[in-house]
Parts: sequence; C-alpha cells; structure tokens
Amino acid sequence: MVTVQKNRKSYPDFSDTMVTRPYVISRVIRELRDTFSMELEVPSDRGGFQFQPGQFNMLYVYGAGEIPISISGDPAEPGVLVHTTRAVGAVTKAMRRLKAGDSLGIRGPFGVGWPVKEAEGYDVVLVTGGIGLAPLRPVIYHLLANREKYGKIVLLYGARTPEDILYKKSWAKWRSRFDLETHVTVDRATGKWRGNVGVVPGLIKRAPFDPTQCLAMVCGPEVMMRFTIYELQKRGVADDRIYISMERNMKCGLGLCGHCQLGPLFVCKDGPVFCYDRIKDIFYKREM
Amino acid sequence: MENLERILREHPFLHGMNEKHIKLLVGCASNVVFQAGQYIFREGEEANAFYFIRHGKVIVETHVPHKGPIIIRSREEDEIFGWSWLVPPYRWHFDARAVELTRAIALDGKCLREKCEQDHDLGYEIMKRFVLIIAERLEATRLQLMDIYGDSSEK
Repeated sequence: MVTVQKNRKSYPDFSDTMVTRPYVISRVIRELRDTFSMELEVPSDRGGFQFQPGQFNMLYVYGAGEIPISISGDPAEPGVLVHTTRAVGAVTKAMRRLKAGDSLGIRGPFGVGWPVKEAEGYDVVLVTGGIGLAPLRPVIYHLLANREKYGKIVLLYGARTPEDILYKKSWAKWRSRFDLETHVTVDRATGKWRGNVGVVPGLIKRAPFDPTQCLAMVCGPEVMMRFTIYELQKRGVADDRIYISMERNMKCGLGLCGHCQLGPLFVCKDGPVFCYDRIKDIFYKREM
Repeated sequence: MENLERILREHPFLHGMNEKHIKLLVGCASNVVFQAGQYIFREGEEANAFYFIRHGKVIVETHVPHKGPIIIRSREEDEIFGWSWLVPPYRWHFDARAVELTRAIALDGKCLREKCEQDHDLGYEIMKRFVLIIAERLEATRLQLMDIYGDSSEK
C-alpha cells in the first residue's frame, strides 16, 4: 500500500494542464478587420493568472475545437487574461463569434517564454511583424515596467498596410515615450501614409542599439524571421543573442503527443521561444 | 566643396573608396533642398542623378489608375535613392516625392557616367556599391510580394 502511494506521487500533476477550465469573457476588442482581443475573467479561486511573457494557453471553443494562442496581456495584471487572435480557420472564426458573457475553456500556461531576465543590463531589440506583436506585447509591458534594468529598448514592427497595424492605442503610448525607440513600417501604403514603407528587416541596419551588447527577440512569420536574422547577423549580433518564437501544430501543450515536434525538440514544451543558436541547424530544414 | 567632400567621404555607401575617386565624385555633387510635397522626379523623366539624403524623408511611388498613388518605398536620412541613372535608357520608373523638408546631396548621373567611362576603376567601385543596393531592394521587393502577413489557414 505504501509503495502504491509513492508511485502515485511520482506522477506529475496534470490537473491544470490536461483539463480545461471555463473562463468568462469580460470584453471583446475588435483590433483589426480579422483580428480581435478577448479579456477573460480569471476565476477567483485561481488567485490570478501568473505567466511568463511568451507563454501560451490552449483555448477551447466549445463545439469547435482547441487551439494554442499566446498570452498578450500584461504579466503584472494577473487578474485579467488577454488573448489576441486572428480569425483565419474554423476554430478562430467560431471564437470571433463569441461575446462578453460567453465562456471559453482554458488550459495553461504552457511553454518557455522570452528571456526577459537574461536581457537585463543589455539593449533589447524587438523585431516583429503582423500578429507577431501579440506574443511580444507582454515583453513590452515587462520592459517598460522595469525600465531601469535595461539599456536601449528598440521596437521594430512591420505590417501589411497602415490599416493592419495592431494595437493602435498602445502605439500612441509607446511612441510618446522617450525611453522607447519605435519604428513602424508597412509593405504598402497609399499617399496619405507618412511613415515608413518597406519590410521590417530593412529597419534593423539603422536602429540605434549596440549589436555587441544587446539581446534580440523576433516574432512573426517564419520568412520574416529568417530575413530578420540575416540583418541582425549583418549588424554583428551573435546567434546566441537572438531569440525567436516558433509556431507549429501544438495539441497537448506538454510535449507528449508529438504534433509539434521540431527535430529533437517539442515547440510546446521546449519553446515556443528558442535561442536561435540552439535551433539554427534545424531552422532551415524544410521537412520540419 | 570641402563640406561636400567630408560628407561623402564619411558616408557608409562610399566606405573604402580612395581619395582620388572621392574627389571625382565631389566634382559631380551638389547640395539640393526639396520642400514637403515637392516631386524630386517623375516617372518617364530623364534619370540623371542619385541622392544621398542628409535630412528628411522621401517616398518612391507609382500611380495606379482609379487608385491614386501607391507608395512602394520610403527613404530617410543617410539612405540613398535613385539608380535609374545607371541603367539605359536612363528614365525614372517611379515618382519620388519629399514628404517633409529634405536636404540631400545630388550626384549628377551624366557627369558620373562620363567619369566612369574614363576611369573604369571608379566605375567598378560605383557598380560594386550599387549592386548591393539593387540586391537589397530586390530582396525587399520579393518579401513584399510574398505578402507574408496575409491570410494563413489554421491547421
């Protein structure tokens, strides 16, 4: 009997990670034509939703399915859980139909987040494109809340058009800060746009940071990340100072099912944030 | 002239170019100012210059019928724009417009082409540098064409 009890204790507790809990939607914010944010009330018995910037949750839309979505809210505000989603498939389109008062199933948080602790004392370069800004927004909140711990902070963002720039209210605040260098570029624009036009990797060569004393965090479509890495390398940023967020078909969130396997790694458990130096040998393998 | 020479010598685009060639370039250079909204060149016009932006912002655009102007690229301080002066028949393929007060150094393309014909070493130095710019623009254009932020399907 004693032996059985010992064996039971040796199993990890999966109660928070394998079973969804219902969360009630308190607010839905329409960010863009196809992109929305949901604020969810954290159940009071949970004592706040603690997470690391870069981690994700599995969101279950009842009757539609479960998908991984990064947490995009402020880690210092554990009472509200925020997810930003783009409606592109069956589950996210069903999610977009939800409104305040409806509920979602949540499992998480999962994965390894951005290296905000390791970045202390260094310049921080955030390079992001499209909805890739969502997984990096918790980093921005964290860096600005702990501003004295970091050197220069540079935020470079690319979007398809000026109408596709995510978090317009946040940009107004970020641009007004003297301790945050922001540059936005769009792939195409009409004559009314006064900002940059061009691709986001093109912003790197002129960005004000010390390539030998910085840490870069990159999040966006994989093609954009590849070209961003080339530009960071050209500036002299070492591979072990570049972090990227990978996206694969994550299902269990625990590295058990194997859906998100990337060579010897599981994106859900060992990532989604990886040091580029660690995965550069498999990053360019097309079969993965 | 001394000021122009200093600015050109220190510009990253001309990094590594020898004094003799810098002086040849200075002979084709002049300071120019464009007011906000002023066109620097228009599509179809003769292309006889390229520009080092010292201050300000320039957009390169094209006009699409029923849509109006579409901005293709923007260029800012310390950047270079204009390479049609190098490619026959030396005609601009797009419009360029200053979106704010812009100060630049213009390099006379006709003058430079003649000097490059006389001094092939200078021509090679110029070509090496412009190939990098053209390759960078080509790469950026390909990325833009990929529409990487466009719709993607959920798996």
